[in-house]
Amino acid sequence: MNAIKFLFAAYIATWVIHGLYLGSLVRRFSRLRRELKEVGRK
Amino acid sequence: MKRLFPILAGLTAILLAYALYLALVVAPTDAQQGEVYRIIYYHVPSAWTAFLLFFINFIASIQYLVSRKSSTQSAAKWVVLAIGVVGVIACFLPQVQALLPAGMRPSAVATTVLLIPVFYFLIGWLFPGDRMDMLAVTTAEVGVVFCTIVLVTGPIWARPVWGIWWAPGDIRLTSTLVLWLIYVSYLVLRRFSSSAQTQMLAAALAVFGALDVPLVYFSIWFFRTQHPQPVIGGGGSMDPRMLHVLLISWMAFLLFAFLVCWSRFRLELLHREVEEAHAMESLAGDGVAAKTSLPLNRSPR
Repeated sequence: MNAIKFLFAAYIATWVIHGLYLGSLVRRFSRLRRELKEVGRK
Repeated sequence: MKRLFPILAGLTAILLAYALYLALVVAPTDAQQGEVYRIIYYHVPSAWTAFLLFFINFIASIQYLVSRKSSTQSAAKWVVLAIGVVGVIACFLPQVQALLPAGMRPSAVATTVLLIPVFYFLIGWLFPGDRMDMLAVTTAEVGVVFCTIVLVTGPIWARPVWGIWWAPGDIRLTSTLVLWLIYVSYLVLRRFSSSAQTQMLAAALAVFGALDVPLVYFSIWFFRTQHPQPVIGGGGSMDPRMLHVLLISWMAFLLFAFLVCWSRFRLELLHREVEEAHAMESLAGDGVAAKTSLPLNRSPR
């Protein structure tokens, strides 16, 4: 039973890392789009 | 292209879900390790994907370095071709085969060597000019993400199986950590350096960093380590049903990595577009300033 915890921990850790990275991509995309709009407005 | 992304994203999600089902339900339980061995279906595909991304980064960095001079570029093409041809022929010579570690198939080594010219010319054709550098930074960043997963899932797997989280001094584990650190420093260099030579320096660092990949891969053949033997192309044996699930899982992660790289590449395009817009803005600002200040600064004749 204890080993199952490690198995799920590894799977969850994998998707948490991917999720964090995808989140950072989305954040950077929206920041750059906003910046591009601001430059265009000027 | 815009329609292709959501289609591929849907396919990837289905394949990842299917791979997860195969890994947790269909794949047989390991006789020695029990259920915990199923970490292999995330740990190994992540490692293979990271290696592939670092390999692409290596090729793109070399292409970027040699692209500065046309004579170097054409010389590099011939060198890469020679590596491919000589390398493949050498793999089938008995003298060279005798040097290969037990269990390593010459055909697997020949295929890997053949990938060098194939990737070199393919990347050169698909990513001309400055796009080569954009591909390099994309693959380095996504490769670091996959390498992080390897370094996180490895100790989680090691704890119940070996009884320890980390084997200090183990060459496979240490070289993987060094590889991760090299590519993290590559990203830090690119993020915080404002020198005009940053892209060049980063490409040179990536070439040296990539030299660690063969060390990571071959360390388990040449050194005594806590890490088990490789499941494919090595001395280890694996149940065909487990191997099938492992390969499907790798396909799913490869497709996922491709989509993430695609998004990261688009982000890099947008980043350069913003930089260009800022440069144009400051140029226009300078132009206005120059026009308004010109009569004042004009020296009397």
